[in-house]
Order: sequence, then C-alpha cells, then structure tokens
Amino acid sequence: MIKNFLIALVLASFVFMFYNLYITYEPKTELSGIAAHYAENGGKEVGAANLVTAVVVAYRGFDTLGEVTILFLTASIIGFFLKLSKKDEERVIVHHGTSELLVTASQILIPIIFLFGAYVFMNGHLTPGGGFQGGAIIASGVVLMIMANPNHEINHHAILWIESVSGISFIIVGLLGIALAGGFLDMRIFGLGEFGDLFSAGAIPIIYSFIGLKVGAEISNILNKYQKSQKES
Amino acid sequence: MENLDLGKVSLIIGFALIIIGFWGLLSQKNIIKIIVSFTILETGVNILIVSLGYLKGRTAPIIDASVEQGADHNVLNSIVDPVPQALVLTAIVIGFGVTALLLAYAMKLFRAKRTLEINQFNDLKW
Repeated sequence: MIKNFLIALVLASFVFMFYNLYITYEPKTELSGIAAHYAENGGKEVGAANLVTAVVVAYRGFDTLGEVTILFLTASIIGFFLKLSKKDEERVIVHHGTSELLVTASQILIPIIFLFGAYVFMNGHLTPGGGFQGGAIIASGVVLMIMANPNHEINHHAILWIESVSGISFIIVGLLGIALAGGFLDMRIFGLGEFGDLFSAGAIPIIYSFIGLKVGAEISNILNKYQKSQKES
Repeated sequence: MENLDLGKVSLIIGFALIIIGFWGLLSQKNIIKIIVSFTILETGVNILIVSLGYLKGRTAPIIDASVEQGADHNVLNSIVDPVPQALVLTAIVIGFGVTALLLAYAMKLFRAKRTLEINQFNDLKW
C-alpha cells in the first residue's frame, strides 16, 4: 500500500514538472546559433545533402567514433558474459521445427534485405539513412536467418574480420584527414565532388559504408551470442 | 484546438511515454517487463528531444527539391533543426547497447534462479 502511494507520488511529481515545462514552452520560429550555421554552410562546407549526416559524421565526427566504440564495448561485454563452456558449445539447440513459410521467405528476402541495408548506408549523405540504420537493417536479415533455422552457424571469423577491418579503416580515413585536410576526421580529403551525387561529400560515403559494415557485424555478433546461449541448459 | 500544433502534440506524447516508462520501472516485477518499460522511457526522451527541434511548417533537414520549393528558396528558412536529430541518433545507438546488455543480464539471471521475478533475487538484501 505504502509502495503504491510512493509510486503515485513520484509519478505525480513528474506530471507536475512536465506540466510546468509544457505551459512555459514557446515554439521556436527560426533556427538559432549553431543550427543556423549548419543550415547555411553545411551544403558548402561538407557537401552532404542530408544535414543530419553532415552534423553526425563531419561536424561531430568524434561523437560517431564514440558511438562505434560503445557498440564495440557492448558486443565485447556480451561476448565475455555469455561465453559458453566447451561442452555446451557442441550441443544443438532443441526446437520444434520452424515454419515452412519462414524458411522459404527467408531464402528470398535475406539477399534483398542485405542489399537494402547496403543501399541505405551508401546513400547516407543524400537520403534519410546512414551507417547505423543500414547496419541495423543488415542485422535484421541476420535475425530472419536465425529464426528460419535456429541452429544456423553464423561464420564467426567473417564477422570478426569485417568488424576489425572496417573499424581500422574508419580510423585510417580519419587520420588521412590530418595529412590531406584540416584535421582528424575531416571529410574533405578527396574534394567535395558534385553536390547530390553518390560519390560526393568527400569521404562521407566511404566512412558511412565502414560504419554500416561495422555496426551490422557487431549487431550480428550480439545476436549470434544470444543464439548460442540457448545451447546452455 | 488552434494552439495545439504538431510540436506540442509530440511534446505531450514524449511526456506521456516518459511517465508510462517510469510507472513500469517502479511497479513491474518481471525483469523483461522492466526492460520494456526502460525502452518506452527512452523512446519518450527521444521524441521529446526531436520535438524541441521542430519548427512549424518546415521540411526535413535534407537539401533537395522540397527545400527549393520552401520559403524564399533559402535553406535557413525551410528546414527544421538538424542538431537534435543528430543527437537523438547517438542516443538511439547508446540505448540499443544498454538494452542489449540488459537482455544479456536477464538471460544470466534466469539461468541462475530459473525465474525472472525480481522479488526472488534477494541475495543482497538484509
């Protein structure tokens, strides 16, 4: 009883706080400060049509590096945490068979899902998309693969190699920025190209492809760990 | 209804989701339900941040034909704020990582006690 009362008290104080925030909220009418700078000069300075990508990859490149690091950290903690013993590793997952529909659909859909993921991360500077979104789409194809066959062995070495190589390439392209452009993670290393083309905006399509591959590999790695931990009885 | 524009509606949805999320975190006993409440709370915060960058009658921050048709053919006067959207992208990725970790812990806890009821995990209680 006292517990319900305390919960109600906490929620009521939140409602009170949010209500005060809401009634004093004044909608903005124009871009201010740094957003105005990005809107005005983003197209010229970075060359990306998608200004969110320009902010995420070029203006706030360190942020993206941090995000990729956090994902890597998550994948490695889960790998450490859900590690199986040698005996469990050789077991098979007991299941009651999967639907015929799921198996057939997965054979047709998985290549298309992977292709769509690659499209999304390569066009991150032109369309609403990017490395993280594309990587998540690729991982959803991996989910379908595991659901169609719970004992499907994902190639662990391929995932590790894709992840390491794309992570290192991201850093190398960032370091090239020091030599060829303004500084670390400066994307203007090859010139900006024609505004709105696939190969424009300096190194953004390349960087976003590496990020997409890395995120896809990392999420697939996490999924693989979850899948394998079902072997543990 | 006149002063209830899209920005305010999304603000209300964000606040409502945050309160629902807190209620779930505080009152639910099942660990999976707690994790779901956590993701609802996180979604509410993300909607809130995006809605702060909303500007009435403007388009997405992508420079293309829809911006050319906007007011004065000027990027400055026809797009919403790109900065909160970029920040939310970071927040979503971090939220994904935290949720994945929570689920791994839930898996381990279930292996240890064969239950997900949080009342059963009283080893550190005195």
